[in-house]
Amino acid sequence: MTKVLVVDDSNSIRDMVSFTLKSAGYETAEAKDGQDGLNKAKSGTFDLVISDVNMPNMDGIELCQELRKLPTFKFTPILMLTTESSGDMKMRGKAAGATGWLVKPFNPEKLLATIKRVVR
Amino acid sequence: MSVDLSQFIPSFLEESFEGLELMESSLLNLEQGDDETINSIFRAAHSIKGGAGTFGFNAVTEFTHLVETLLDEMRDGRRSIEQNDVEILLESVDCMRLLIEAIRDETVCDTNKITETSILLEHTLAIDDSASSSDNLDGHSASDSENGLSNWKILFIPEHHLVQTGNDPLFLFNALADLGELTLAANCKELPALNDIDAEELYLSWQLTLSSKASEAEIKEVFEWVEDECQLTITKDETSDKVATEEVKTTRGSANESTITEQVESKAEQKISSTISADKNTSSPAPEKTGNKAKNDLGSIRVGVDKVDSLINLVGELVITQSMLSELGNDFDLSKVEKLNSGLEELLQNTKELQESVMRIRMLPISFAFNRFPRLVHDLSKKTGKDIELILKGEQTELDKTVMEQIGDPLVHLVRNAVDHGIEPAEARIAAGKSPKGTITLNAYHQGGSIVIEINDDGGGINRQAVFEKALEKGIVDENTTLTDPQVFDLLFEPGFSTAKELSDISGRGVGMDVVKKNIQSLGGRIQVESEPGKGSTFRVNLPLTLAILDGQLVRVGSEIYIIPLITIVESLQPQKDLINRVSGDMVLYRLREDNVPVIPIYSLFNISSEFKDIESSLLVVVEADGQKIGLMVDDLLAQQQVVIKSLNDNYQQVEGISGATILGDGSVAMILDVSGIISMAHKKSEIDQQHKKNMQLKARQQISEGANC
Repeated sequence: MTKVLVVDDSNSIRDMVSFTLKSAGYETAEAKDGQDGLNKAKSGTFDLVISDVNMPNMDGIELCQELRKLPTFKFTPILMLTTESSGDMKMRGKAAGATGWLVKPFNPEKLLATIKRVVR
Repeated sequence: MSVDLSQFIPSFLEESFEGLELMESSLLNLEQGDDETINSIFRAAHSIKGGAGTFGFNAVTEFTHLVETLLDEMRDGRRSIEQNDVEILLESVDCMRLLIEAIRDETVCDTNKITETSILLEHTLAIDDSASSSDNLDGHSASDSENGLSNWKILFIPEHHLVQTGNDPLFLFNALADLGELTLAANCKELPALNDIDAEELYLSWQLTLSSKASEAEIKEVFEWVEDECQLTITKDETSDKVATEEVKTTRGSANESTITEQVESKAEQKISSTISADKNTSSPAPEKTGNKAKNDLGSIRVGVDKVDSLINLVGELVITQSMLSELGNDFDLSKVEKLNSGLEELLQNTKELQESVMRIRMLPISFAFNRFPRLVHDLSKKTGKDIELILKGEQTELDKTVMEQIGDPLVHLVRNAVDHGIEPAEARIAAGKSPKGTITLNAYHQGGSIVIEINDDGGGINRQAVFEKALEKGIVDENTTLTDPQVFDLLFEPGFSTAKELSDISGRGVGMDVVKKNIQSLGGRIQVESEPGKGSTFRVNLPLTLAILDGQLVRVGSEIYIIPLITIVESLQPQKDLINRVSGDMVLYRLREDNVPVIPIYSLFNISSEFKDIESSLLVVVEADGQKIGLMVDDLLAQQQVVIKSLNDNYQQVEGISGATILGDGSVAMILDVSGIISMAHKKSEIDQQHKKNMQLKARQQISEGANC
């Protein structure tokens, strides 16, 4: 089963993303900030990471950079879930190794449709 | 597929309120160059905006966007943190709260304030209205009108490192295949010799033909994430027919599979058929809308996982004990009595722990009630021009949620009073040799089975004389009354009592201290005042930790069993004859060390029969409430136990002297005594007695004088 790590400091967004993914048959794990996400990533394997950008402790950009350093996450798709749609943000994400971005407001159908671009 | 997210609205609302509280308290503590604080404020606003957008709460999204923009400028250092901006942001937090409360209550909120504040925000940001909503993402809504299929030619030349960001051309092609019929040809020209292949690089490029209704924007969207890392040309081809299927090669950088061959077309067809069937699915039975729109009321508690875990553990133990006992009951004989006893003992333990755990779930840190005060004091000190520091202590002290909800307003009143009446103006403070900055301290701590909340100010203290004179004016006391300090301060809680010369906007809004006291008493609590001239005052509120359970002393009067709240009991004793004083009338006083305690026989209070009518053979339970002690005369003391309180109001009606009822282990109902109620009953009774005596004397005098006149 496809395993997705959902990283967001907002409980409700995290719950919603998880719920959406689960209802589409994905398996999910959740982390409440970048640091937590990195710890969870180190202790397991995932087929996809969906991460917020603005978070305490470690932001999504830094998480992405750290994940890319791990051999198990070198090719793993990492999607940034963000309200910031500016080109600058996308550039930073890309430079950090992000696969793509999902722009909030979060829309479940769109999420499911777009993540098909990176996972089976 | 359609995913209904409305079930997450309550948790969004709850989270938003928490975010707003965080924003507010952080704004109040915001200092120049404090990046972490401004970041956390920004994050809170950001989360609210994100959530609101998800649920389509556009008013919140739009308003919060303005707030967020202002915060963003502060965060980037483009704007220095001015007090003025902080005030606007605080106003904005209020507006956001109004908007979110309106969502919760399903009402419409006052748009005037919102509009006013957003104009203010826009003015501050110096942006014009038209640019305010920048979140419009989908720019291709207009170009969807094409009906027929078109053939798109797509040339896709990815950069070598494309797969290193987690993107995989195969999935992109799958996504394209979702849009229509896809055929593709791979170009392997750049593929190096096997020995030179770097498994982490991509060497292929593709020529794709897509026959689809999709617009160019939709196709571009598929390549959205890779457009900077590839050469992409999309052209509409009106003439050419479908390109014949070709074998496709992709390389993917995993271990030993450097070339994969896949038959994409069959896959694509499969996909198309599956999307069609999916469409059918969605069109036939519309996804069931949850019948009555769930009320977004916040009747929920967030509970720490540790608390839930301990509950589950305890339930597990309970189940084990239960199965052990039922096993025992299968073929029970006397040899197993000991086992039965130990089983019951365990059951008792389990039940007790379970009860405690369940109670703990309702417990929240008092910071929930305290959180509003920094803002309140901030606003009040601005209004009054007094410089006041607020200190919060013991914010982690836990309290029952119901108690917390009801104690909020009385506390607000007490804090308002402390600002308005307690703290003196700066000049007066300097004249008194104090720091011009006043301090108000809120402190919460546990004491025995109750929680104590202290509201302390370092102001001028309560003017004893002013209180007394006011009471005189109101006719509550007469000139000859001598009162102790606590008694004088108790006058503050008399209805309609206010020593303030003028009613100000801050305190004295018609809700008096009497209401505060009543509210606290209705929670089973009490309030005491301490004050020292020139040094300040302390209002001490004593509350039970929970309203549902009470530690009680069971007592027997005749055949009735009553429960006295353990918290009120000073001591229980067997009266000694030489310490009993009978005062005129049927009032009996008992000498308890330096106090004279009025004795109240419960049998006469409730007019029931009792075993003993004389105090010598009865037992005396000395209780204290409102700073007064009385002795309750009972026949016998029974066990002490925790009882679950059943409201008398809900089941019957209010009865003077009784605060509730409970059901005992044997199924019988016992009344819980309301000690402060009994004390005031006793007072009334003695007043009536005195009035009666006065009347008698008056009558006697009249008769005598009439007799003399004759």
